[in-house]
Amino acid sequence: MILGSLVITEAAVIGLVVATIQFATLLYLAALGETITERAGVLNLGVEGMMAIGAMAGYVAAVATGSPWIGLLVGGLAAGLLALVHAITAVALGADQVVSGLALTILGLGLANFLGAGYTNDARRALFTNINVPGISDIPWVGETVFSASPVTYVAVALGVLTWFVLSRTSIGLGLRAVGESASTADAAGHGVTAMRMSAVVIGGALAGFSGAYLSLDLVGHWSEGVTAGRGWIAVALVIFGAWKPGRVAAGALLFGFTIALRLRLQPFGISFSPILLSMLPYLLTVGVLVIISYRARNQPAPAPAGLGIAYRREER
Amino acid sequence: MSHPAVELDGIWKRFPGVIANAGANLTVRPGTVHAVLGENGAGKTTLMNCLAGVYLPDEGAVRIDGNEMKFSSPADALAAGVGMVHQEFRLVPTFTVAENVVLGSAPRLISRTEINKSVAELAERFGFSAEPDRPIWQLSMGERQRVEILKALWRDARVLILDEPTAVLTPQEAEDLGRVLRQMVSEGRSVIFISHKLDEVTSFCDEATILRGGATVAASVDIHDVDSADLAELMVGESEKSTEANAERTTGMGDVVLSVDHVSVIDSRGLKAVDDVSIDVRAGEIVGVAGVAGNGQRQLTDAIAGLESCLSGTITLLGDDLTTAPPRARFGAGLAYVPEDRLGVGLAPKLPITENAVMRDYRQMSRGPILLWERAKEFSARLVEAFEVKVGRVEDRLASLSGGNLQRLLLGRELSSSPKVVVASQPTRGLDVHGVAAIQRLLIEQRDQGVGVLMVSEDLDELLVLSDRIVVMSEGRVAGVFDPREATRAEIGAAMAGVS
Repeated sequence: MILGSLVITEAAVIGLVVATIQFATLLYLAALGETITERAGVLNLGVEGMMAIGAMAGYVAAVATGSPWIGLLVGGLAAGLLALVHAITAVALGADQVVSGLALTILGLGLANFLGAGYTNDARRALFTNINVPGISDIPWVGETVFSASPVTYVAVALGVLTWFVLSRTSIGLGLRAVGESASTADAAGHGVTAMRMSAVVIGGALAGFSGAYLSLDLVGHWSEGVTAGRGWIAVALVIFGAWKPGRVAAGALLFGFTIALRLRLQPFGISFSPILLSMLPYLLTVGVLVIISYRARNQPAPAPAGLGIAYRREER
Repeated sequence: MSHPAVELDGIWKRFPGVIANAGANLTVRPGTVHAVLGENGAGKTTLMNCLAGVYLPDEGAVRIDGNEMKFSSPADALAAGVGMVHQEFRLVPTFTVAENVVLGSAPRLISRTEINKSVAELAERFGFSAEPDRPIWQLSMGERQRVEILKALWRDARVLILDEPTAVLTPQEAEDLGRVLRQMVSEGRSVIFISHKLDEVTSFCDEATILRGGATVAASVDIHDVDSADLAELMVGESEKSTEANAERTTGMGDVVLSVDHVSVIDSRGLKAVDDVSIDVRAGEIVGVAGVAGNGQRQLTDAIAGLESCLSGTITLLGDDLTTAPPRARFGAGLAYVPEDRLGVGLAPKLPITENAVMRDYRQMSRGPILLWERAKEFSARLVEAFEVKVGRVEDRLASLSGGNLQRLLLGRELSSSPKVVVASQPTRGLDVHGVAAIQRLLIEQRDQGVGVLMVSEDLDELLVLSDRIVVMSEGRVAGVFDPREATRAEIGAAMAGVS
């Protein structure tokens, strides 16, 4: 339901763009991690839990040390450790990846709530401050939005470029993609499947932790129960939407970020739209993409890594 | 005197319940193509897997150029110069040719143009063309095999093992392969060629080692000193021709029971897998369908069984048009189907034997929705006995049966309802000599009882012996119809390759 009449002001538009970039940063870090994990053939549905741990641990470390950067690193480390649980159960022991991943979400949310209970609505703050890129942040519109962003946004962009480069231009990336497409082929070619997959899961977890720490140290600026609000699940959908490619996932992050920003920043435009319907949009877009993928798949291989979700054991006869 | 390129000495390899290799020996001289011959289950592939680092032998020594080796992975073996091309290709379908070739030994930083160039140069040196930038999924089986060989050559393999390499090739592609192998051995490399096709062995290879029951029965026989019959005798261990004389007809043919009329079927890629095929099968007749794997045979039999829908054309069983009927209506009308994929489509490996036995006719063992287990067990016990399926207990999991017994159970289940038409896809593939003979006998019995049989096989010799008529499929079309009493292998081979 759309109510009211549309009024476009400069402040409203800039507010919407800034919020889009903020949510895109949040989603992209987590989705990039999940992209790396899934390209190695492992599905990790624990993103929501890893984000929560990252948000909590990041916040606690930041107020303890006074440095948001240490908070970011600790958030990534904590979530990487949590991801190691999934790496051990689902990769090393070959347990069902869906079950293990779902358990990780529940475990992560529970641990974060339990360990972070004393920090809920803590008044102390050690937050990131936006970086104004010298010279170009004064450019109207672009400077005020893109070049006055959080340092974590620049980190996310750099990690995205790095991931693209490693996946497509290095022997490690070739091996990681081979492990995800056909583990037995990669094994026969001399790539250690288990080590590669476990590393991908832990790195993916660390990126989800960065995303969580960005949430508590920048986007919302505090830690409380339920602060992740299902954004981890949107990140999982985003990987599919972006066809498992870092570049397309980035474009998808902006689109999904826009739908979230729209929900929160519609009021300044003088209209209101059902926030419930808007919050469904990322999932509807993902379903739309799945339909397109399955239609196209009649003529060519699907974009999902062929070995996604399949445990690998070597000496089977 | 230089060391042999490969020496396998007293190799033992046991799996739960099976001894795959029992002291097998093999010596390969450098610069030769060496055949490893044996029936299915003779332990050829396991022995080669021990050489290629897939398995670690339980006992025995592996020596490469005189040095004893312990390979704990295929990558170890490759590093020592031993490469293997498995029957199921180890290629990443979404990767390009060049990416597959360099996988595992790629430069740290990869430039696509550079690897494409080096792979193209390598291919040219061995006299085959390769398009390094094409993804694997677009290539034919023969082209994929060349990529596998390139992979080994990229690592500078001194010993290349090929496991039944010609199974997926047309006769012409097989000849091309022979040329590439000659080029390789002329550089001092060695090739080990696993096969059970004797004519190939005599035309491609220099020496042969024959395995039976996991052990070596004849080592490094010079191919020029023996003929196919000698080799066959060594392989089988008794001079029994499995497919002999049983094709003698005892009854005449009746009316057309199955009619496939101008049928086309679209495959999962949206291409015409079956293109305007017409085949009639009469009562008391065996019609053989020959062709290289993947030329529409599976889609054709699936369409007859109702597992694929036809784009156009009609399928008539005993005069009734069943083109759009569901599978159950087709068995009801007298069709029996033995699918190519026994454990995927035909049987459920994790279920007990009884449940597999009644999977088709369970309605006769039910009262309303309730399955009467006593009747089901009785039925499966009778089936197991009548078709000589060797089982422990009918409650055991199906997966405990050997290949031949699985196929006997499947065929028995399909034949137990007295069908009028039997469609059997690759019914003898992967079975040993005795298993093949048993299955062929069952099909001949059906023919003699006036059943129409449509049999798809990749084994041309089998079709020549059993069939009353051979239909050759190539690229989804009927490429020729032959009378097995008059046609030569060469004529049929040309039709299989699509040469008219």
